[in-house]
Amino acid sequence: MVSGRGVLFQRAQPLTGGIIVKWRKSKTRLLGFVVLLPSFLLLGIFVYYFIGRTVYWSLTDWGKDPSQALAAHPVLKFIGLANYRELFTGLIDSRFRQDMVSTIFFTLFFIAGCLLLGLLLAILLDHRPKGESVFRTIFLFPFSLSFVVTGTIWRWLLQPNGGINRLPTFVGLPAGKFAWLTSRQQVWRIDWNRLPLIFAIAIGIVLVMVAISAFRKGRARRAWISIACAAVITAWAFIFGLTWKPLPFPELHGFNLAFIGIIMAAVWQMSGYTMALYLAGLRGISVEMREAAIVDGASEWQLYRRIILPLMAPITLSAMIILGHISLKIFDLVFAMAGPDNGSTDVPALLMYITTFRGNQFAKGAAIGVILLLMVAVIILPYLTSQLRKGDRG
Amino acid sequence: MSEAAVTGRRFSWRWLMYVLLVGGIVAFLVPIYMVVVTALKQPAAINLSTAWQLPKVWNWASFQQAWVAFSPKLKNSFTLTIIAALVSAMIGSLNGYVLSKWSFRGSKLMFSLMLFGMFIPYQSVLIPLFSFVKAIGLYGTIWGLIVVHVIYGLPITTLIFRNYYVDVPDSLVEATSIDGAGFFGIYRYVIFPLSVPGFVVVIIWQFTQIWNEFLFAVTLSKTASQPITVALAQLAGGEAVKWNLPMAGALLAALPTLLVYIIFGRFFIRGLLAGSVKG
Repeated sequence: MVSGRGVLFQRAQPLTGGIIVKWRKSKTRLLGFVVLLPSFLLLGIFVYYFIGRTVYWSLTDWGKDPSQALAAHPVLKFIGLANYRELFTGLIDSRFRQDMVSTIFFTLFFIAGCLLLGLLLAILLDHRPKGESVFRTIFLFPFSLSFVVTGTIWRWLLQPNGGINRLPTFVGLPAGKFAWLTSRQQVWRIDWNRLPLIFAIAIGIVLVMVAISAFRKGRARRAWISIACAAVITAWAFIFGLTWKPLPFPELHGFNLAFIGIIMAAVWQMSGYTMALYLAGLRGISVEMREAAIVDGASEWQLYRRIILPLMAPITLSAMIILGHISLKIFDLVFAMAGPDNGSTDVPALLMYITTFRGNQFAKGAAIGVILLLMVAVIILPYLTSQLRKGDRG
Repeated sequence: MSEAAVTGRRFSWRWLMYVLLVGGIVAFLVPIYMVVVTALKQPAAINLSTAWQLPKVWNWASFQQAWVAFSPKLKNSFTLTIIAALVSAMIGSLNGYVLSKWSFRGSKLMFSLMLFGMFIPYQSVLIPLFSFVKAIGLYGTIWGLIVVHVIYGLPITTLIFRNYYVDVPDSLVEATSIDGAGFFGIYRYVIFPLSVPGFVVVIIWQFTQIWNEFLFAVTLSKTASQPITVALAQLAGGEAVKWNLPMAGALLAALPTLLVYIIFGRFFIRGLLAGSVKG
C-alpha cells in the first residue's frame, strides 16, 4: 500500500517530486545533525574542554599553597611551564623521572611479550587442532577480567616465599629467591642528563629507517629530507646534547626488576587479545594462496616467513599501537598488584592520581596528566588519521 | 618415499603443536587454580610454603564471607553497568545511524573528534571531571559514575554501530525513504530490527568495560557507592587480611564478565576486533 503511493506520487509529478524528495532528504540530514549534536557537544565538553582546563591548571600554582589547595575558589597564579620544568629537572620530582623510564621499559616488554605470545598462539590455533574453540576460549579469558582482579590474583602468586617461587621445589630444585614486586634491584641504569643525547640519537635512527624504506619505494625526495633531518639531529646531539645537562648532578634511572611480575601479569591478561587479532588476520588469508605456495614447493617455514608474516604486518602495527596506549595508561593493574605506594613499581598514571588526590598538588597532577596525554597522542593520532583515511577509500 | 617424509614431518609438527598448546593452557589456568584453592582453604591453613596444595578441609565459608562484604558493591556494579551500557548503546546506535546513512558535510570530522575521546588517558581530564561531578552534586553517587561512563562510552559505541550500519545496503534505506518513512521511521522499521546482533556486541563490550573499570570508580565513588573493583582493591591491599577472602572476592568480581564471555564469546570477539578501529 505505502509503496504504491510513493510510486504514484512520483509518476504524477515527476518534476516537483524530485525536488520534494531532495528537500525531504536535506531536511532529514539536518535532523541527523540534530541527533548527533548532543553527543558531539558532550564529548566536546568532557574531552576537549576538560583537557583545556587541565592544561590551564597545569600552568598554575594550584596546590603549592596548602591553604589555597582545597579552597572552594582557590586563588590561582599563572606560573607558565614551571610545573613541567620541575617534573623534568626539579630536585624533588625524581620519582616522576623514574616513572617515565619505568613506563617506557614496561611498554617495550609488555608489547613484545603480547605480540610474540599472541602470534605463537594464533599460529598454533591456525593449524586447527582438535578442540580449537576450547583452546581459544581459554587463551582469551583473562582479557575479560578486570585488571584489578588480575592484580589481586598475581599479587598472591608472586609472594616471595610462596606461589611461583615454590614451583622449582616440585622438581627437586631449591625454591626461587626473587623478591618480585618487593624487589629493589635496578638494571640498565642511565643518567637522566644523558637523556637529550639518547633521545636525539633514537629519533635519528628512526629517521634513517624512514629514509631507507623511502629509498626502497623510490621516493628519493622524502628519503633525502629524512637523511637531512637525521644528520641535523645527530649533529645537535653531539655538539650540544653532550654538554646540555638538565640536572646539576648525575641522576641514575633504570629498569626496576619489580616490574617483571607486573609485565607477566599484563602479558597473561592481554596476549589473548593479540592472539584474537592475529587469528582474525590469519583466517583472512585464503586457502588458495597457501596451497599455491605449498604446490610451488615452499616449506611450512618458508610459507610463514615469506608470505604469511609479511601479510600480518598491518595487524602487528595496530596491535602495537593499541597495546602501547594501554600500557602508557596502565594504572589499575599496578594499583591492585603492588599498591599505590610501592615506589619501585610506580608509573606516571599512578603518580598523577596520588599527586592529585592524596597530595592535593592539583597543578602538578594536571601537568602529569598532560604529559600522559601527549605521549598517547603521539602514537594514537597518526594511527587514527590513517585509519579514517583508509575508511574513506574502502 | 618423499611423501612419507612429508607426512612424517607433519606428524611430528602436530605432536609439537599439542605439547605447546597444552603447555599454554596450563600456564593460563594455573593462576585460576591458585585462586580457587586458596579461596577454599581455612584462614589458618593458608601458608606460603603449602600454597599450591589442595585444601585438607574445604572451607566454603570464604565465599559466604566475601558475599556478605561484597554483595552491596556487586549491586552497585550491576546497577551502574547495566544502565550505563544500555544508555550508551542506544545513543551510540542513533549516532551510528546518522554517520552511516545520513552523513552531512562535516560529519566525518565530528566523528573523528569524538573518536579521539576513546583513546585519551583519563588522567588528562580527571581533575576537571572530579570538580564537575562534585559541582553537580553527583560525587559519591552511582549516578555520577553512570553519567561519566555513558559519555566516555559514546565514542566506542558510535564506532561499532557506524561500522555495523555501513554494511546495511543504502538501497534498503532509499526504498523505505521513498515509501514515505522519515528519519525515525527508517530507524524504527529498517535499521533497529537489523541491529540486534550489533546491540549484543555493544552491550557486552560496554558491560565488560564498565564492570572492570577502576580509575573513575576509585576517584568518583564513596564507600556506599563503590563498585566491586574498588572494594576488591581495598580488601586485597589491606595487609591484615587473610588471602582466602580476597581470592573469593576476586572470583565474585570476575564471575559476571567471565560468564558473559563464555556465553557470548563470538560477540565478545567481534567487539574486541571493532575496538581496534576498522579501516
